[in-house]
Amino acid sequence: MSTTAARPGAGVVQVTGELIATRRVGAYHHLTFVAPGLAEHARPGQFVAVAVGGPTSANLLRRCFSIHRVSPSGTYGGTVDVVVAAHGPGTQWLTDLRAHDEVDIVGPLGRPFPLPKEPVPTILVGGGYGSAPLFWLAETLRERGCRVEMVLGAATESRLFGVVEARRCADGVTVTTDDGSLGHRGWVSDVLPELIRSTGAGVVYACGPMGMLRSVTEVATAEGAVAQVAVEESMACGVGVCMTCVMPVRGNDGVTRMVRSCVEGPIFRGDRVRWESFENGYCTVPADALGAPKEGGH
Amino acid sequence: MGVFGSTRLTALGSRSQTETVRHGHSVADAADDAAVRGAEPAPAVDMSVDLAGAVLPSPMMTASGCAANGKELHRFFDVTELGAFVTKSVMAEPRSGRGTPRMAETPSGMLNSIGLQGPGIRAFVENDLPWLKQAGARAMVSIAGSTSGEFADVAAILRASEAFDAVVGVEVNISCPNVANRGLVFACDPHASAKVVALVREQLPRDIPIFAKLTPDVTDIVTIAQAAVKAGADGLTMINTLLGMVIDTDLLRPQLGGVTGGLSGPAVRPVAVRAIWQVRAAMLQGRLPFVPIVGVGGVRTGRDALELVAAGASAVQVGTATFNDPTAPVRVGRELRDLLQDKGFARFTDVVGIAHERVG
Ligand SMILES: Cc1cc2nc3c(=O)[nH]c(=O)nc-3n(C[C@H](O)[C@H](O)[C@H](O)COP(=O)(O)OP(=O)(O)OC[C@H]3O[C@@H](n4cnc5c(N)ncnc54)[C@H](O)[C@@H]3O)c2cc1C
Ligand SMILES: Cc1cc2nc3c(=O)[nH]c(=O)nc-3n(C[C@H](O)[C@H](O)[C@H](O)COP(=O)(O)O)c2cc1C
Ligand code: FES
Repeated sequence: MSTTAARPGAGVVQVTGELIATRRVGAYHHLTFVAPGLAEHARPGQFVAVAVGGPTSANLLRRCFSIHRVSPSGTYGGTVDVVVAAHGPGTQWLTDLRAHDEVDIVGPLGRPFPLPKEPVPTILVGGGYGSAPLFWLAETLRERGCRVEMVLGAATESRLFGVVEARRCADGVTVTTDDGSLGHRGWVSDVLPELIRSTGAGVVYACGPMGMLRSVTEVATAEGAVAQVAVEESMACGVGVCMTCVMPVRGNDGVTRMVRSCVEGPIFRGDRVRWESFENGYCTVPADALGAPKEGGH
Repeated sequence: MGVFGSTRLTALGSRSQTETVRHGHSVADAADDAAVRGAEPAPAVDMSVDLAGAVLPSPMMTASGCAANGKELHRFFDVTELGAFVTKSVMAEPRSGRGTPRMAETPSGMLNSIGLQGPGIRAFVENDLPWLKQAGARAMVSIAGSTSGEFADVAAILRASEAFDAVVGVEVNISCPNVANRGLVFACDPHASAKVVALVREQLPRDIPIFAKLTPDVTDIVTIAQAAVKAGADGLTMINTLLGMVIDTDLLRPQLGGVTGGLSGPAVRPVAVRAIWQVRAAMLQGRLPFVPIVGVGGVRTGRDALELVAAGASAVQVGTATFNDPTAPVRVGRELRDLLQDKGFARFTDVVGIAHERVG
């Protein structure tokens, strides 16, 4: 549990974190690591980048996970919780870990969810494990006097995360599943317009698959609310040095740039993201983006 | 820089040549500084190097494109601990790079097709270089171009910039596509390589060494090395990535948006060792002058670095391993120093190319 690297004022640490609890939650694994120094800096919406497979692993790239919760002090010192869906080799390795195994963790990374200055009503939308960072956000918002509605959606019941926790943290909870196994049958975007209207929500926070973030943005914008979305782009380093995690986002100056979602995100204002560039698993560079390839050029 | 001009052409070549290298006063100062600053005890092994006039307290560097331009890694370690900070290849104008997916993980490595995304040289000299300077970093600036003229323009703007005194060397990334030759990589063609190097050399003061960065994707890397050195390269960096491709077996299509990409990471280390070995061997055979080789490719540990050094590298860059461990460039340096100490070497330079003396 040593801190490998943390320069004063850097706001980020690299620690060898001991796994102290692992439990299955539906289709996911909820892991708790001891991570001294990380909790103190973390805010809802930030993430951690985890090295997988041990020191001689052939899987070199870091895996990124939203911070589900942190606790700065406890029996073990500071801890960080993540919720992992076993998918490829890295997440499989993580979910196979046992208590007392150690993992190299870097965090907190990225920008947190911006919080409203006024106590406006808010809606928090989570798709699948995308709900993981929202409970902590909900508590933070309610401390500031914001009303919090949560909408949790997934393909099926086992892929929902935190329905019980949501009831504890939010003023109201709506559940949707594609197959109708729990809650409304359908998508989060089906229930969202009415919810924005009935609550008068000024901000909609969302975390989940890109398609969902796009439709949440469209609905929120149409209803006059601001969408703040947590994106999930393929990342190799998580710390801003590889340039693999970029996406086209319009800046304050109106100019679209391919920005690194690990440092400038993962939270973006939904209406700034150039959603039309994403199609069929690819993202192309918009022709009007700064430095975009010219006709016949690079 | 000027005071070291006299040693600029002294390659850290064979061991006999190494003996003639004068270790300037500032090398010792820099080593002392490092000892005072860091928690580490004073290194018993002299890790300093003189790369064609660039006198560095450590042979360790970041690899271009694997460390951004300093701020990001400075959160994890002090960038002045490095011998030099190698910046992301910068071109004349801002570039968005390619669409995504831009990367694919591969066994012990990865493919990338970033497409040289960057702010352009003007923004670089306005923002990035001054930052490196105020941080006290020794900057090795990597430049690129899609024409040989673009390389020269970039070098000229760099030369004229206010923070140019932070620059200890320029790495010329000739492993990028030449628009004038249907996108064929400059470093695949000895003439194109020589032209770029000569034009860049003209733009920069003599006491700033330039390093031509070579691709291993050629039939004979020695031919390219010869052309680059003849045209004025003071040193060589090798290797850049190898061209590769991954198919997504769920979608049965190329995984990268750009279809092909550059392969890097420990998977390519044997290729780097081979390339360094071949060029060093050619120097020993008198087929090209002794110039320092900056080794890069697949270094993750001190032992990996030692492989490149023993094959002939006078400095070592750490690239992809930084994605796994953001402290890798300095950690590898410490591991290398400890390894040399264990083996009883007093000076890093005594090990450069040593494997050539020990072949059966
Ligand atoms: C900011 C952020 C927050 C995330 N939060 C969570 C979370 O809370 N819970 C969770 O289960 N997953 C989360 N993910 C996705 C998770 O990072 C990937 O599922 C995981 O990296 C896949 O690793 P693998 O070895 O299983 O798959 P592989 O496909 O073998 O991964 C290979 C490489 O691709 C990258 N990669 C692959 N898929 C993704 C992806 N969807 N997003 C980012 N990188 C990817 C990996 O980092 C790795 O470098 C998050 C991703 C990001 C960017
Ligand atoms: C994501 C990525 C971006 C890179 N960008 C550049 C670049 O801009 N200029 C350059 O000369 N080399 C670039 N390289 C190549 C590296 O500098 C290095 O030569 C190569 O990756 C081999 O070293 P490694 O195995 O330690 O990564 C890049 C490599 C990677 C992985
Ligand atoms: S993941 Fe490496 S720059 Fe964002």
